[in-house]
Amino acid sequence: MAALAITDTADGRRILALTGRLDAKTLPELWDKTRRAADEAAKRPVVIDAAGIEYCDGAGVALFVELLRHRHDGSVQVSNLKPAFSALLKQVDPAVLEHDLDPEPPRRPAIEEIGFEAYGLWRDIRTQIEFIGELVAALAFAVRYPKSVRWKDVWRICEQVGVDGLPIVALISVLLGLILAFQSAVPMKRFGAEIFVADLIGLSMLRELGPLMTAILLAGRSGAAFAAEIGTMRVNQEVDALTTMGLSPVRFLVTPRIIAAVLMTPLLTLFSMLIGMIGGALTMTTFSIPIVAFLKEVDAACNLSDFLAGFVKSFVFAILVAGIGCLRGLQTRAGASAVGDSATRAVVTGIILLVVVDGIFAVVYYLLNI
Amino acid sequence: MADDVIIRVEDVFAGYDGVPILEHISFEVRHGEVFGILGGSGGGKSTLMKNMIGLNPPISGHIYISGDDIVGADETMLERIQRRFGVMYQSGALFGSMTLLENVRLPLEVYTDLPDDAIDLIARMKLELVGLEAFTGHMPAELSGGMQKRAGIARAMALDPSILFLDEPSSGLDPITAASLDATIRRLSENLGVTFVIVTHDLGSVFVATDRVVLLDRRAKGIITEGDPRRLRDETTDPRVRAFFRREAEPVGA
Repeated sequence: MAALAITDTADGRRILALTGRLDAKTLPELWDKTRRAADEAAKRPVVIDAAGIEYCDGAGVALFVELLRHRHDGSVQVSNLKPAFSALLKQVDPAVLEHDLDPEPPRRPAIEEIGFEAYGLWRDIRTQIEFIGELVAALAFAVRYPKSVRWKDVWRICEQVGVDGLPIVALISVLLGLILAFQSAVPMKRFGAEIFVADLIGLSMLRELGPLMTAILLAGRSGAAFAAEIGTMRVNQEVDALTTMGLSPVRFLVTPRIIAAVLMTPLLTLFSMLIGMIGGALTMTTFSIPIVAFLKEVDAACNLSDFLAGFVKSFVFAILVAGIGCLRGLQTRAGASAVGDSATRAVVTGIILLVVVDGIFAVVYYLLNI
Repeated sequence: MADDVIIRVEDVFAGYDGVPILEHISFEVRHGEVFGILGGSGGGKSTLMKNMIGLNPPISGHIYISGDDIVGADETMLERIQRRFGVMYQSGALFGSMTLLENVRLPLEVYTDLPDDAIDLIARMKLELVGLEAFTGHMPAELSGGMQKRAGIARAMALDPSILFLDEPSSGLDPITAASLDATIRRLSENLGVTFVIVTHDLGSVFVATDRVVLLDRRAKGIITEGDPRRLRDETTDPRVRAFFRREAEPVGA
């Protein structure tokens, strides 16, 4: 318990006698009361009589500092505070705490805010353009001097992107084929047209779903992994170490990842196309369409250009996903959440760009009559 | 630039986004000396070092490394200047996917045409210099903090640079490991004539390892003293310098 007694003396002083324990438990009750009592005597000397204080911790000291910090002309004094508590009070200079020495900067006017945001956006676009330029130069250098590429890293990343990605690509593709076949076979059966499900599965897996789903899985697995790996290297100053060694982080870190992704993504895409069609064929056996009939129908419906239309996309998707993952990794800033943020941004940007580029491909193929 | 001066920092304003943390910084580092950049936390030591090694440009000023200004140098020039020095970062910054030997081999593979067995031998020699000859096949994650820092020094020395920058070499190390690192620095300086620039606030290392220091002060936004750290400790009359070198708490309200 703590208490405050207010006494106004004949010589004009106000005495605030505090008694009991001054800590975080008792302070809420006293805080406003004591401040008000001191404020009411704004033009008079105030003496805080601390003789009756049995215990005082950091919170208690804060009350003294609060009373002292706005009137450091000596008109507020603390008296009779026990030496142990007095030592606590002496550790703090109330005058320093009078004003916030590091205030939040004032809010910018809206027009300035828009300007700053636009500048930030422009800077981001410029970084991306610079990165693309650097990447093209690094890839050209790698083609010209294949020995400069760290092939050991390339094979390691190939394993991570390709071999380790096989199970998830297989699972998603087979499910995609199963679901697509089942959803389309049920209504088509009403017209006796179940066999044409094979056309649908074949064309969609070859032209669209095979490359796109593989690339989306790649963005989720490898794009995020690239961003996290390079981001961690950035946080651990490994990228700084490369830079001061005169080694280009793009050439050293990004090139092997792009090469690995370009080598593995088309293979994964082929695998996805095949597994997706197997999934569809398995479903159609339950609709009395034998696997051989299904495959013959696919063969009749699809031609080489359908396959190539999808296959070519996979190369572009590979560069896109790996490039975005690496860029986001290199853009990682300091802080505990930075690597996570980079991985998230890599996945989100990667998927958005995949869909946009896939749309562009659709338009181009339409115009070229492919 | 005088003959024995290897680094000259000239009227540098260091900071971020145009806001200076340090102003009017000027000093010189001589060939073969172990030079310390000291100061409390947040005093701008690492920022100044990043300016000196060309990672971030200063707000203004010039930094000459062996006569060439690193500030505003184009990419080719920057690369050429950066080859003259090695850097050991606070965390060691070893490449986590490579063994110690591969880490030290890397600069040799990239910048020399030496045969593979020569590169291997040089890398092993560098690791031996820092007492890690028995750990060449270890991955960085398998080593203690002190060993990682020593390996960082070995990698920084791979191309025999004339200058080594060390960022907080003894931070986070136990006293015995820190002392062994200090001894390594002295040995390399005396035997190989390497110039060291050490950013630190570890007084134990300062008195043992450095020949000369500058002391940065956050409030003064600049250098408040320069010289032999032992003499500064014993002879200074500046209360800020005395407080730093004698590990005294700053007076309240100072």
